[in-house]
Amino acid sequence: MAQWLSDWLTLSPQWEWVAYLTVALLQAVILLALVMTAVALATWAERKVAGRIQDRLGPTRVGGRFGWLQPLADGLKLFTKEDLIPANADAVLFRLAPYLSFAPVFGVFMALPFSDGWVAHHFNTAAFFILAVLGLEVFGIILGGYASGSKWSLLGGMREAAQVVSYEVPLAFSAMLPILLAGTMDLVAIGEAQRGWFWNWFVFHDPFTFVAFWIYVICAVAGTNRAPFDLAEAESELVAGFHTEYSGFRWSVFYMGEYAAMAAVCGLGVVLFLGGWNGPIPVAEWLFGPASSTSPIVNFLSQLLGAVNFIIKCIIGVVFMISLRWTLPRPRIDQVMSMCWKYCFPLAALAFLGATLWVLMLPDGLLGQGHPKASTCEQSVMVTVERIETP
Amino acid sequence: MNVIPGVDPEDFSVTSETEVRTEELLINMGPQHPSTHGVLRVVLRTDGELVLEAIPHIGYLHRCAEKIGEKVTPRQFIPYTDRMDYLAGMNMNLGWALTVEKLLGLEVPEKARHLRVLIVELNRIASHLVAAGTYGLDLGSFTPFVYCFREREKILNLFEAVCGARLTYSYITVGGLMADLPSGWLDQCEAFLDQFEPVIDDLHDLLSVNHIFVKRTAGVGVLSRELAVDYGCTGPVLRGSGVDWDLRRDGDPFYTRMYRDYDFEVAVCRDGKYPQPSPPVPTEAVLGDCWHRFFVRMVEVVQSVRLVRQAIEKYRLAEGDIGQPIKLNQKLPPGEVYLETECPKGQMGFMIVSLGEAIPWRVRARSSSFCNLSVLPELCRGCLVADVPAIVGSLDIVLGEVDR
Repeated sequence: MAQWLSDWLTLSPQWEWVAYLTVALLQAVILLALVMTAVALATWAERKVAGRIQDRLGPTRVGGRFGWLQPLADGLKLFTKEDLIPANADAVLFRLAPYLSFAPVFGVFMALPFSDGWVAHHFNTAAFFILAVLGLEVFGIILGGYASGSKWSLLGGMREAAQVVSYEVPLAFSAMLPILLAGTMDLVAIGEAQRGWFWNWFVFHDPFTFVAFWIYVICAVAGTNRAPFDLAEAESELVAGFHTEYSGFRWSVFYMGEYAAMAAVCGLGVVLFLGGWNGPIPVAEWLFGPASSTSPIVNFLSQLLGAVNFIIKCIIGVVFMISLRWTLPRPRIDQVMSMCWKYCFPLAALAFLGATLWVLMLPDGLLGQGHPKASTCEQSVMVTVERIETP
Repeated sequence: MNVIPGVDPEDFSVTSETEVRTEELLINMGPQHPSTHGVLRVVLRTDGELVLEAIPHIGYLHRCAEKIGEKVTPRQFIPYTDRMDYLAGMNMNLGWALTVEKLLGLEVPEKARHLRVLIVELNRIASHLVAAGTYGLDLGSFTPFVYCFREREKILNLFEAVCGARLTYSYITVGGLMADLPSGWLDQCEAFLDQFEPVIDDLHDLLSVNHIFVKRTAGVGVLSRELAVDYGCTGPVLRGSGVDWDLRRDGDPFYTRMYRDYDFEVAVCRDGKYPQPSPPVPTEAVLGDCWHRFFVRMVEVVQSVRLVRQAIEKYRLAEGDIGQPIKLNQKLPPGEVYLETECPKGQMGFMIVSLGEAIPWRVRARSSSFCNLSVLPELCRGCLVADVPAIVGSLDIVLGEVDR
């Protein structure tokens, strides 16, 4: 795209960076808009789902019957609040922390494919990149806890550090399975490898991936600090944990980070385990023929359908996380940690081993029908890579 | 030690983990903390997540209730009792009214007696609902709290129909009750009980037998039988430790005769079993831990529903009126009287010393929450920070009653 823009503007080689910068900015704006919409919808959904679970209505006033504009009203309220920095806080770090917590999550969306080929930056280590960048979020929270100058915040930050760092290990381990099965870290290729009916999704590939998927779910909830693993902000113990001293806009940035992280882990989970943009039934293939076929319009429609699939799956994931929050009590910090190291991590390691053996022993799948991926694991990757490399 | 060429080992003064200096952290939990149930302040001395010591500081809600009682006549004191345990105003009214009646040697008519049982047990349900709901909140589960308050709201609506107030009722007075029930009230009450009973099972599912809930409460804050008795713990806290003691059955005859023809079971764990219907006790639970203290309340709710149903029937059949309140400035006979009643939080005792005037010479209120709270430092020693709200919540204190 940048190349095309450069050609169109007839830029000389030393000015080509202008085209690249323009395209990058455009992509960033689109992504930011997308993330913000997702966050707004998620906060609305949170309040609405919570309301329904609790026998209430949730928002009903702002913006019509279902309170669609509630996120806007919330945001407006938060923007107009007084900007408060406690006297004994480290002012610079205190200001920096919310952005440090939000920016990595936003970075994740750069590498997340929304549909076949719809990705801001397509590169072959996307899964690794996302896992690494998601882990950076914890710095913002630790910093916020430390810089607030409050003991509750400090405790919250300490808990966060212990918890998120621990849960990253089984999370990465379970994310390794689809990478192993697809033979690549390229998320577009991983999604592509799950084309076809829903039993081609990696979650249904073998029993081990199924286990790994649930470990991923647990670790994703824990890694994003969502209830029941919201120990860093446990309101009944630590007042509000790391964001006790935050208010107004800065507080809302933390929350944007949390909701964006929810969407990000759901997106990653969908691509890794739930077929990405491939629907449960290969409708797109029936309608538009095999991918990368004929006209760009047909291709675009097929991709659009893929994006709709992807977003629906993400929404289901987010609503699942929300309903978890409003159903379960919160475990204690030692229980959370022992669950990670005593159950999630060994199980994830076993699942990894099992899946490896499964691919080795049963390359044709259990029924010997010639599993679309396993038998031609290497081959399918080669095909996808070729397909991606050829324009 | 391997010596790296060119590096002086003395440069690295901190060599082992044990030499790193660590500090204890003094944390002020409250009085503005979401889970200290009001204005309790607990000073925690912690080592990381471990609580070494927890010292409760009270007095933020002290309103000189006892002293006021020595300036007003007994009937005028009724509204002040409402504000002690403000979650169970009816029980507080009753405790005071019975104490004065005992001093006067007064007995209320049958109809008033049944109406009192009905109202008081209904208030016990409301109070235990708050306890169960906020306990869920203390453990990070928000939804049961809303369910509990939804049901409590219905009880408050019934109370509002009876006396016009939703929190500070002043309904039960010395010599009887403020007013009789409005027409159709009993049917509404029965309708409420019918729809409420299935909700108890919902609450059991969400809390009592929920795996995370059991993990958080079982074996936490174990209060032994002896310790509970030594500290003067009463009510569900005492029964949670397995002591079979309920003033409605074992109390002063002046009080127990109120319940003389009622059929109910004391909610206490006998041979690992609670009065039915209730889910089985999880294997992790130790007698006297937070889970048992919580569960006793849930079982008591079932028993209170039984009592309310019986009271409705008896009230319908009872003849006569609901009694006459005593005169506002009625002279009290000289003497000293003390009576404890079984309130939702524990045994609430009132004492009156009278010199023969209309105004008592000395009034004393023995608060159950106060004694129950006093055991907190014992329970919190060596627990985790997250256990402190779990323990405070399981004691179910009301600061209005602690401080009076």
